[in-house]
Amino acid sequence: MESTVLKIEKFSAFFGENQVLKEVSLSIPQNRITAIMGPSGCGKTTLIRCINRMHELISDARVSGKIFLDQEDIYATDPIIVRRQIGMVFQKPNPFPMMSIYDNVIAGYNLNGIRLSKDEKDKIVEESLRKAALWEEVKGALYRRGTFLSGGQQQRLCIARALAMGPSVLLLDEPTSALDPKATSHIEELIVQLKDTVSIILVTHNMAQAARVSDFAAFVYLGELVEFGPSGSVFTAPRDKRTEAYLTGKFG
Amino acid sequence: MKEPSIRRRIIYDKSFKIGIILLTFCSILPMLFILFFITSKGISVINWRFLTQLPRPVGEIGGGISNAIIGTLILIGIGTAFSVPVGILAGIFLSENRKGKLASLTRLSVETLQGVPSIVIGIIAYIWLVVSMGSFSALSGGVALGLMMLPVIITATEQTLKLIPGSLKEASLALGVSYPRTILKVILPAGVSGIATGILLSIARVAGETAPLLFTAFGSPFMNRNVLKPINSLPLMIFNYATSPYPDWHTLAWGASFILIILVLGLNLFTKVVTKRWKVQF
Repeated sequence: MESTVLKIEKFSAFFGENQVLKEVSLSIPQNRITAIMGPSGCGKTTLIRCINRMHELISDARVSGKIFLDQEDIYATDPIIVRRQIGMVFQKPNPFPMMSIYDNVIAGYNLNGIRLSKDEKDKIVEESLRKAALWEEVKGALYRRGTFLSGGQQQRLCIARALAMGPSVLLLDEPTSALDPKATSHIEELIVQLKDTVSIILVTHNMAQAARVSDFAAFVYLGELVEFGPSGSVFTAPRDKRTEAYLTGKFG
Repeated sequence: MKEPSIRRRIIYDKSFKIGIILLTFCSILPMLFILFFITSKGISVINWRFLTQLPRPVGEIGGGISNAIIGTLILIGIGTAFSVPVGILAGIFLSENRKGKLASLTRLSVETLQGVPSIVIGIIAYIWLVVSMGSFSALSGGVALGLMMLPVIITATEQTLKLIPGSLKEASLALGVSYPRTILKVILPAGVSGIATGILLSIARVAGETAPLLFTAFGSPFMNRNVLKPINSLPLMIFNYATSPYPDWHTLAWGASFILIILVLGLNLFTKVVTKRWKVQF
């Protein structure tokens, strides 16, 4: 039996009158990669944005249900604390354009006003860049701006930036959709290596990618969680007809 | 041999291009004339004494405009100190709240303020500060200039911040950075070039204003560093000297005009440098 890091209970989300998620219940296993798949507009991005409460940026968003991170109710905790424990990487790489590579990695500390000694910072930067498999490529250019890097490198920089905070969960929102195939395979390898350090939730509409990297897979359709289970069985023997139809390319 | 119709088109094409270039050239002519005219009239009186001495009474030879230069700098300083914080904060509010009653009301007020004639702004500052404090003062003049700078700074800040991609804000918030810190440490630094440009342009805009100072800063023949007392400024001095009946003072007015135009030109060039240097590439 897998141990659970994140427990989602009867979770619904609404934008105005529009219900985007319908009573989703899901247990995210620890140190595993959980892929959330589904056609565009099915609510998969909303689901992970609700996990670190980023949906609150939208004024008419409201939610019901509960999400627990290690027994702690996320919606009873300050979102600032939640977001330090649950890192996020977005579709398009978004390094801070006015900062160097070094400052980008340490940004979570600097921007939060957490004071660290130079040695501590150096250590966090190197460790995070190593974990993100970027250290070897940028170690000679740490003080150059992050925006000089290629798209794939920028995305790994964003992963390093999220890892620097030492999160227990990492949310990846279609992290390769803006990248070319080579950079994509690089990121995929990285994701697989990362699961020893952090539990990963990967949103993707690329089924092949989900099959390649994930340990568990969830299929979301029209705001409902249709199927969830070990990737092997979801991909080879889906229990629900809708999952099967999606996997065989009948829609999506 | 080309068809006549094609040849006609080529001729039309060429004459259109030439027309555009000629008209563009015409638009820079007034600036060149002004620069040439003021330089030829004003440069003869420019020397070290002109810049460092106080004005002298009518009839005495020489005298400078040092009090007007210092006065202009003090007035701009007061205006900037008051309009920059208010302007940037209002600009942040507008870019963060695109809808809503307060936002549209603010936007309307900013547009209206931009259109208020400068003389009216002078009267307002007169009633607010000069009447209530019982004296013409540098402070009231500075506030009048600040009121004129405000809409420029607000609009520049709002437009700049609106162009910053939302993904940057998300990146910061997703790291657990609080909203105020995200605005101050991520969004503002990303927009620093545009905001600085707005501030500098607003300064260049009011540096030559006379009307709002007529009954606020009022002018003074003395060197004054007390912000509660009347103070001289370059445009005020030009106005007073140019409308006087004394040819000596007319010459000084040309010299002061030259200094003023150099100041404004310098500010504009500096703005271009800042815009380029501090530009953040997304």
